[in-house]
Amino acid sequence: MEIPYVSEPRKDTGLYNAKVGIWLFLASEVMLFGGFFSAYILLRVGAVEGTWPTELLNVPIGTFNTLVLIISSVTVVMAWSALKLKNFQQYRIYQGITILCAATFLGVKTFEYRDKFTHYDVVMTNGTRVDGHLVEKTDDHIVLSHPVSYPAEKGIAYRPTAIALMEEGEGAEHGGSEADAHVEGAEGEEAHAEEHSDGHGHDMTIAMSDIEKMTNWGPWANTYFAIYFTMTFLHGLHVLGGALLIAYYWGPGAKMWKTDPERYTNRVEVSGLFWHFVDLVWIFLFPILYLL
Amino acid sequence: MSGHSPEEIKLERKRYLTVFIVLIIGTILTVGASYIELPTFALTVALALFIASIKGFFVAGYFMHLMDEKKMIYGIMGATVFFVIGLMVLTIWASGDPIPNTIYP
Repeated sequence: MEIPYVSEPRKDTGLYNAKVGIWLFLASEVMLFGGFFSAYILLRVGAVEGTWPTELLNVPIGTFNTLVLIISSVTVVMAWSALKLKNFQQYRIYQGITILCAATFLGVKTFEYRDKFTHYDVVMTNGTRVDGHLVEKTDDHIVLSHPVSYPAEKGIAYRPTAIALMEEGEGAEHGGSEADAHVEGAEGEEAHAEEHSDGHGHDMTIAMSDIEKMTNWGPWANTYFAIYFTMTFLHGLHVLGGALLIAYYWGPGAKMWKTDPERYTNRVEVSGLFWHFVDLVWIFLFPILYLL
Repeated sequence: MSGHSPEEIKLERKRYLTVFIVLIIGTILTVGASYIELPTFALTVALALFIASIKGFFVAGYFMHLMDEKKMIYGIMGATVFFVIGLMVLTIWASGDPIPNTIYP
């Protein structure tokens, strides 16, 4: 027995099977991401005032990735409409751009993740907190590049203020290489951190004996990074899944265009609906994680 | 969407490009707005989410064809929106919890 309404729409609903299927699936996806957004809201409004970290992500990179997803969204609909116009070649070009966009998005995201995993937060025994990219680690010292330091008790939410103060200080007396912002919290205690400029910005050498606690900016760093990694990783998996699906139809799955073009066009439409949903989620993720 | 004749599809494609431009402008506005100093943080959040919602409306409405879909799809998504609103709003409205900074202090 043949399955009905595989490509021709059912008379009463006006829909083919896969269209109903994808919308039901998207409904469950909305609830899945909705749960995470709800968790984000509660974690944020429930945080003790002045403790939620901001400005930890790179806005230009996030904006670039947003634009990449928008471009891919428009190429997806253009690809589908090309099939509707029976122009298979044009479909291949548009959908090829979509796949490239997906790869670019995931590549940029991987770069961002790597950047966070190599960024270390160090609490020193003298009460100073320093963070920066780990460039060297030996048994007796570590070297952090582009260090930002402030008193540990102020918490990570103070970081943007510390950066502003550092920049102000450097601008005022041009004593960048000897800036002593990093011993702000030292209060007379001896600190062995040394800062020197090597032409690529500042590096800071910290003796292991002066380190009380050291963690990288992974999901375990704080609540913000926990929700950031959870949401963006789940979203990234969706980008990967959608890209694999679109790539399958672009490549081996395209055989169907010759045997059943209408059904093939419907498949492309359904994969496109999923892709737009992925774009839609990012439209909300970007401002809440990068900008607010 | 209503019609799939070549003429209608060609018209749709023009609309897609318009939506594309709207989304690009929306993204620039979102980033730009985050640099504006508004009197309260709540206003900054409201503005950012307002722009995001407009962008979302255009993606769902035109790219996903929700502006002109069949009744059954509206039924499915209507139910979903109802529950999502519940998920987002009820917990924030809850007044008896020890969670600070919600609507009821």
